Amino acid sequence: MTEKMDKKPIISLRNVIKKYGENLVVNKINLDIYQGEFLTLLGASGCGKTTTLRMIAGFEDITEGEIFLEDENMAGKPPYHRNVNTVFQSYALFPHMNVFDNVAFGLVEKKMKKAEIRKKVREVLELVQLTGFERRKPDQMSGGQKQRVAIARAIVNNPRVLLLDEPLGALDLKLRRQMQLDLKHLQQQLNITFVYVTHDQEEAMTMSDRIAIMNGGVFEQIGTAEEIYEHPKTKFVADFIGESNIFETSIHAVEEKMLKLIMEQGDVTVREQGFEVNEIAYLCVRPENIKISEFPVEGFNLKGIIKENIYVGSQIKTTIEMINGYLVKKTAFPDGDMKPAGSIVYLYWDDGKSVLMHTKEDKIYNYIESAEGGSIPS
Amino acid sequence: MKAAAKAGKEKKNGYGYDLIAYTVYAFLYLPILIVIIYSFNKSEINVNFTGFTLDWYKELFSKDRDLWQALKTSLLLASYSTIISCVIGTFATIAMHRYRFPGKQIIENLLYIPIVIPEIVIGIAFLATMSMFGINMSMTTLVISHVTFCVPFVIFTLRPRISGFDASIEEAAMDLGANQWHTLKRVTIPMLVPGIIASALMSFTLSIDDVTISFFAAGPENTTLPIKIYGMVRGKISPDVYGQCVIIMLGTIALVAAAMLILSANARRTKRIQSN
Ligand SMILES: Nc1ncnc2c1ncn2[C@@H]1O[C@H](COP(=O)(O)OP(=O)(O)OP(=O)(O)O)[C@@H](O)[C@H]1O
Ligand SMILES: [Mg+2]
Repeated sequence: MTEKMDKKPIISLRNVIKKYGENLVVNKINLDIYQGEFLTLLGASGCGKTTTLRMIAGFEDITEGEIFLEDENMAGKPPYHRNVNTVFQSYALFPHMNVFDNVAFGLVEKKMKKAEIRKKVREVLELVQLTGFERRKPDQMSGGQKQRVAIARAIVNNPRVLLLDEPLGALDLKLRRQMQLDLKHLQQQLNITFVYVTHDQEEAMTMSDRIAIMNGGVFEQIGTAEEIYEHPKTKFVADFIGESNIFETSIHAVEEKMLKLIMEQGDVTVREQGFEVNEIAYLCVRPENIKISEFPVEGFNLKGIIKENIYVGSQIKTTIEMINGYLVKKTAFPDGDMKPAGSIVYLYWDDGKSVLMHTKEDKIYNYIESAEGGSIPS
Repeated sequence: MKAAAKAGKEKKNGYGYDLIAYTVYAFLYLPILIVIIYSFNKSEINVNFTGFTLDWYKELFSKDRDLWQALKTSLLLASYSTIISCVIGTFATIAMHRYRFPGKQIIENLLYIPIVIPEIVIGIAFLATMSMFGINMSMTTLVISHVTFCVPFVIFTLRPRISGFDASIEEAAMDLGANQWHTLKRVTIPMLVPGIIASALMSFTLSIDDVTISFFAAGPENTTLPIKIYGMVRGKISPDVYGQCVIIMLGTIALVAAAMLILSANARRTKRIQSN
């Protein structure tokens, strides 16, 4: 991440806004994408990922703002004058052409010599393991094979940036996992910048150098998978990526890098900075960081009762009901701390294992949605 | 398997429905059969069959220059109108698919009019328009009149096809460096080709057997074959007309069969793509 920061961005989005009529779909986003990077736009359906990608490719006008590709403003440039290529979710192969002609399409447009085209197509088909498929028509191939043709057709042009819109969305889980690794290796091998769209967080985590979490047309957070998982900046991110326990708190006291928090479930003291007394904030703790003890732990006053322990393979999922009815999720390995259902326990976690997030809310103690979208019984 | 199940369900009926079906078919095909038979009839007064001969066909191919001139006119006319209709129809289909413009809905609905209006009305309207502008009837006017009624058929054939296209296929072409014109040339039109072939065959058959509109739009030198035959049979029917009819019929059947083969291959293909 840091070694990338001093490189120049290959793509820059500057205050980009996209409106369809009155409908604001992308709301003033800023993003720098660096050479050789695998950047993923991750977000729920309808948040504006495809629209963002299509603006970079040149299929959609930008309502306001600017997009730079290698310092060149792309305003008014049609897709065929941009050195980026797209892999479409629907593959969009040319049905009347065989695999060879599909892959050669861009090279023919560049008026490359026949012999050179043949050589390049052969090389790229070898790269995606489709040697021998040259004469096949798209409708004679499986989904995974078509997907590889679509990728070959794009990378054969040696683009500066490859844009991929949910390229694995139509494949079954097993094939998708395989293709995720293949794509990642391909990207490293070719050293092409990938901008990848998905709504599958696991896929994003597996493949990306950086992830941009998108929600309602804005980026909630941009960072590495680890940064986003360990230090979510907003409640949305904490909820969207992995499972979280999110507590609404009010800052009671600030003393020397330590904050004393009051919440419905009890009080805690955490090591955080940059918050003011009486500010309302969200406290996020991942289920695997929740620990339990029979006795109160210093700095924590969080009492609950174990509702159930569920074994899921290598892990135990425990649900703990707090005094206000809030259900805390905890996961642990079987040899970890565990108490039978019905035990009264005190929750705690290690220093630095919680994240405190600013909130725009002014009212505390409204029901907090859990990560699965359910609400807390009162 | 399916057919067997269906056949099992069919009952033999005793109410003479089959008789009705046979009668209908007889009405449809008996005259055609008679034409074929008479074209080989020795007797010139065609009431009864006196013996088999190929003389009428020989005569057709040897002396009746007029008839051949008419056939040539018809073939030329059908070729011109087919080509022009397909070009206009293809671009119109693409434009109507791709762009939104004021009055688009109205234009789309207007397309039905040449199909539903009686041909005689179109013919008279065409004649009136041409004479209003003082244009003499010629091959050109004949072609124009045929293009008018062929274009809607071309558009109706191509429209379902183009609306089934995945919009991102054309975007992919542009993404790979093709400008608007190359995209049209290398992707959009080639993808329409099966539909264009089918509509060309349709235009050709429509044009070659049209009597009504041609009757109004043709100049004195441009008698088409159907008009010529029509004129000939008003008096006594000479057996070589039968021969001519048989030849036209065979030609048309071949064309229509080709069109149907292409259309059904197309339908199978579309189905396969959709089921993927
Ligand atoms: N051509 C359009 N006209 C009007 N609204 C549009 C158009 N294209 C997209 N939208 C709207 O813009 C919003 C964002 O769409 P977009 O396709 O970018 O979402 P997405 O994040 O890619 O979602 P998904 O994961 O479902 O593909 C949606 O609410 C959609 O309805
Ligand atoms: Mg999308």
